[in-house]
Amino acid sequence: MSDSNIVLDMKGICKTFPGVIALSAVDFQLKKGEIHTLMGENGAGKSTLIKVLTGVYQIDDGKIILDGKEIRITSTGAAQKHGISTVYQEVNLCSNLTVAENIYIGREPMKRGAIDWDTINKNAKKLLEDRLNLRIDVKKLLSSYSVAIQQLVAIARAVDISRGILILDEPTSSLDSNEVKELFKAMRKLKDEGMSIVFVTHFLDQVYQISDRITVLRNGKFIGTYEAAKLSRMDLISKMVGKELNNIESISKKSRETSFKLIEGNFVKTLKLGKRGTIEPFDIDIKQGEILGFAGLLGSGRTETAKVIFGIDKSDHGTINIRGKEYSYIYPLKAIQEGFGFCPEDRKVEGIIGELSIRENIILALQSSMGIFKYLPMKKQQEISEKYVQLLKIVTPSIERRIDNLSGGNQQKVILARWLATNPQLLILDEPTRGIDVGAKSEIMKLVMKLASGGMTIIFISSELQEMVRCCDRVLILRDRVIIRELIGEEIQESAIMKTIADGGISYGQN
Amino acid sequence: MNGKVIKFSGFKIKQANVSIYATIILFTILFAIGSVSYDNFFTPQVFANLFIDNAYLIVVAVGETFAILTGGIDLSVGAMIAFVSMISADLLRKGVNPILVIGFVLLVGITFGTVQGFLIQKFKLHPWIVTLAGMFFARGSSYLISINSITIENPTFTNISSLRIPIGGGSHISVNVVVSLIVVGVAMYILKYTKFGRTIYAIGGNENSAMLMGLPVAKTKILVYTFSGFCSSLGGLLFTIYTLSGYGLHCNGMEMDAIAACVIGGVLLTGGIGSAIGPMFGVLTTGVIQSLIMFQGTLNSWWTKIAVGMLLFIFIALQRIIVIRNEKRKTVISESKVSS
Amino acid sequence: MDKTKYENIFSKIYSMAIFWPLMCLITIILINFIINPGFLKIEMKDGHLFGSLIDILNRAAPLILISLGMTIVIAVQGIDISVGSVIAISACVSATVIVSNGPVILAIGAGLFAGLLCGMWNGFLVAYIGVQPMVGTLILYIVGRGIAQLITDGKILTFTNKSFIFLGTGYLLIPIPVYIAIVVILIMYFIIRKTSLGLFIEAIGVNREASRFSGINARKVIFSLYAICGLLAGLAGLIICSNIKSADANNAGQWLELDAILSVVIGGTSMSGGRFYLGGTVVGALFIQSLTTTIYSIGVPPEVTLVVKALVVITVVLIQSPIFRKMLNTSSITRNYKIKKVAKL
Repeated sequence: MSDSNIVLDMKGICKTFPGVIALSAVDFQLKKGEIHTLMGENGAGKSTLIKVLTGVYQIDDGKIILDGKEIRITSTGAAQKHGISTVYQEVNLCSNLTVAENIYIGREPMKRGAIDWDTINKNAKKLLEDRLNLRIDVKKLLSSYSVAIQQLVAIARAVDISRGILILDEPTSSLDSNEVKELFKAMRKLKDEGMSIVFVTHFLDQVYQISDRITVLRNGKFIGTYEAAKLSRMDLISKMVGKELNNIESISKKSRETSFKLIEGNFVKTLKLGKRGTIEPFDIDIKQGEILGFAGLLGSGRTETAKVIFGIDKSDHGTINIRGKEYSYIYPLKAIQEGFGFCPEDRKVEGIIGELSIRENIILALQSSMGIFKYLPMKKQQEISEKYVQLLKIVTPSIERRIDNLSGGNQQKVILARWLATNPQLLILDEPTRGIDVGAKSEIMKLVMKLASGGMTIIFISSELQEMVRCCDRVLILRDRVIIRELIGEEIQESAIMKTIADGGISYGQN
Repeated sequence: MNGKVIKFSGFKIKQANVSIYATIILFTILFAIGSVSYDNFFTPQVFANLFIDNAYLIVVAVGETFAILTGGIDLSVGAMIAFVSMISADLLRKGVNPILVIGFVLLVGITFGTVQGFLIQKFKLHPWIVTLAGMFFARGSSYLISINSITIENPTFTNISSLRIPIGGGSHISVNVVVSLIVVGVAMYILKYTKFGRTIYAIGGNENSAMLMGLPVAKTKILVYTFSGFCSSLGGLLFTIYTLSGYGLHCNGMEMDAIAACVIGGVLLTGGIGSAIGPMFGVLTTGVIQSLIMFQGTLNSWWTKIAVGMLLFIFIALQRIIVIRNEKRKTVISESKVSS
Repeated sequence: MDKTKYENIFSKIYSMAIFWPLMCLITIILINFIINPGFLKIEMKDGHLFGSLIDILNRAAPLILISLGMTIVIAVQGIDISVGSVIAISACVSATVIVSNGPVILAIGAGLFAGLLCGMWNGFLVAYIGVQPMVGTLILYIVGRGIAQLITDGKILTFTNKSFIFLGTGYLLIPIPVYIAIVVILIMYFIIRKTSLGLFIEAIGVNREASRFSGINARKVIFSLYAICGLLAGLAGLIICSNIKSADANNAGQWLELDAILSVVIGGTSMSGGRFYLGGTVVGALFIQSLTTTIYSIGVPPEVTLVVKALVVITVVLIQSPIFRKMLNTSSITRNYKIKKVAKL
């Protein structure tokens, strides 16, 4: 394809935040009339690159060339002025306004000093029909339509404002398979009309259904741009994860040292437990004393599965059986009292209680399981807090310090301490080593193994496959919100996991 | 300018309109109850009196609506009326030209509202704490002028007050009523046909989205409080003309009546949904309840407060149910009409 | 080296939450003292203590009660604007019992129960139905006085029952209301700081979602807080009506909700919830009461207090606003000051 086809050329883009290099000399080229998918795991730099394009962040270094001319994108308004339109994951429209109004608000056609509603309604209808094949009543409120339709309306607005470049940031997260089909139909139509689309998603199948080319980022670096038709799934995953299939050594799985026997029989068992729109009904039989891993790409549903088990998300389907007692759903307090613990992934929102001290954060779950009247005496609180500060090597001059004064890694340790303090029998760890330096990572992994050998059952969710392979007895692999395969013992190898994710569990065993 | 003319062809049975119809029906039912129960109730003058007695409240409720539509609230309106009445009464008795007085008082309202809006928007303070302080400030300032009430004897004001505009059927309305209807009409136009008005709805619907869509959110948020301040000072003028007195205790707690009228008139307190005409009917509804109680004769006027409170509860509970149902809808995928 | 030690002691005192409200209170007492040296005089008459200070404590008692209730409600990001109306209801309920020659115990019980019921109603609306606190308590604000009128049949009730009046006007060296306030302060302190309730309140107020993850049932907690607030308002209503020997549905407790919010805010609790300070609130309430007394003694019409209160509220919330503080930080004056401070360390 000739160079004149390149509509957007980003060269050597660098972006740093305090303590973290988000983008390091990243290149990205967008051709006219193509659908170009951006892929990468957590920390890859995908969202930063998008935010740079949409004007939320400004680049520290590098060039952005639009239609042959170098430009600077200084704000979201400037991005729009350059004709770069974005549709975000959450439909950023106003559901209390009509469809037509959402498309035209802020740039309404006027007639004699007043908003010309007739023209707005007419134009909106035409726009949706012509460019997206969508025939709906544009005079109805946006809220009367499904999320899928609302998304299309958002796209219509973006398309109308755009001058050739459209960015779709994870538009399929809340759509079912039929709606995704319709979205892709619309995207193909736009592409045929010359629109250049940057598509961000983590659903592997969708990537191959819709993309012309794929760019992979990893750890802020540009890995490469590939023709979708010429890149196998295995290669794609390898590039995203950073491991070539051939270079992965098989790690011989020594049988884990345990100081007790793995107890058979009922510990925790789920029967078709699920939550509509979040996770497909699943059956898991958790054996006491095992380390069970949930593997999968970002967005595959690992956290959602754990949340339903813990009761943070109320299941609307199936039952969970804990030591013989059957529940159609549980809630966090009940889960804690049954000996569950959940160390969440998003510590800012679900974990730390910012203004409270380290001590208060550590004893919180333990205290809530004891109720209001059995107040832990201050001495005991201090004892427990000091114990875990030492055990986890939390860096702080005092346990009375506000937790939001700690570094991210130390905050994570405090949350871990909170759950360890409840002496759980089943501990769910969701990305426990994210944001922690290498030294601390291995400390925590060693601690996890020690706890397990002492009898604690652990559900371990991590995107670091090596960690999983090293410590798990069993691994469940998830993809696109479904559990697709189980690997046991010696079967657990990085190559096997990656292959399963790539093939959807179908061709495993053929190599 | 379309003013008061409502283009029925453009309206469909939308969610917002449903609640206006509900209020109108409620009002009609109440008026019918009155007509059936009491003699002399079903007369044009009784209907007109609803407007005459509550014109000032209609104007204030319209201003309040703008603030509530963006998800905020203005608690200073009642105090503003007292303040305005005091300023006018004081200036008039000092011999200042009545036209100047009117202009000055409106300017005070605009300034007051803008200051409140600025504090709320710029420093991200809660609207109700800022306007609560505004309420203190205005009421205290009225007392600063004088603790006692001041009667207004200025001929311009007294003439306007006693002017009766015949509207046929042997009934009449006052100048206040005309002003209030104009305000309602202007507000309806602004909300429906200006970018400012539509931005107000967008902010109330989803402020974050409004910002991402490039709408002038900051400016608009300040301006709604300016408008509310203007309406409360205008309402204050109307009230002053109606009572021909300035008094610091005027309209004590009246902001709650304005808010109640808005809620009954279909304005969602969380913002984004409502109209200018709904609150007018809300005011008429509370007004007719008061008339009913007056006509009854034996019940004390505080029954009005209980009735209004109960109505308020019902409407708030209904609003809440609607909101919860809408949120549930978001997670359930409904049928769509996508062509293939 | 000594200088830094000195600075450390000072910065420790500055950072104690109760420091600033206490400073405000001391300032206003000093002002009063300057205007009227007899202000600080306390003398013994008929076996009771008399004096302006005692007077302030006495009048502040009901305000302290409702402010304590308001504190815990604000701590979970809520508000209760109906406390004034609840006072009216409780006053009218108990007065009705007294006037019909019912036993004093029943009157007290009925008044408290009425307050508790109102609080539970508010709690139900906010915690279980999910109505915005401002809106939910608005209903009782409007209706409350109407209900109070209903109870007294529109009349202002007066009574002379000595035992009941003792509650509001009696003395045991110091006025009874002051004892009541002290007892309530102690009880509140115990339930909140000696059980895990205080911890839960602060956790919910700072991060409700994380609290949920930790197993806290936010709805139950929030409901009980509004119930307690109502109960305290009921008690305040008893004191007020017994003090003026009458129950006036229209005027009892008027404007008190605003004073309560003010006391909480001055006491250091933030309007956005989270950490709260019962002690600060008590000091705040005393400050508000002293402010009223000061203005009265200067000879300015008491309505001027409203203007002063308005300015105080705005100042305090501005200081609490991070955007405002950032603005102050970036102004060159404070920047120079900070540089010098850093250089010293």
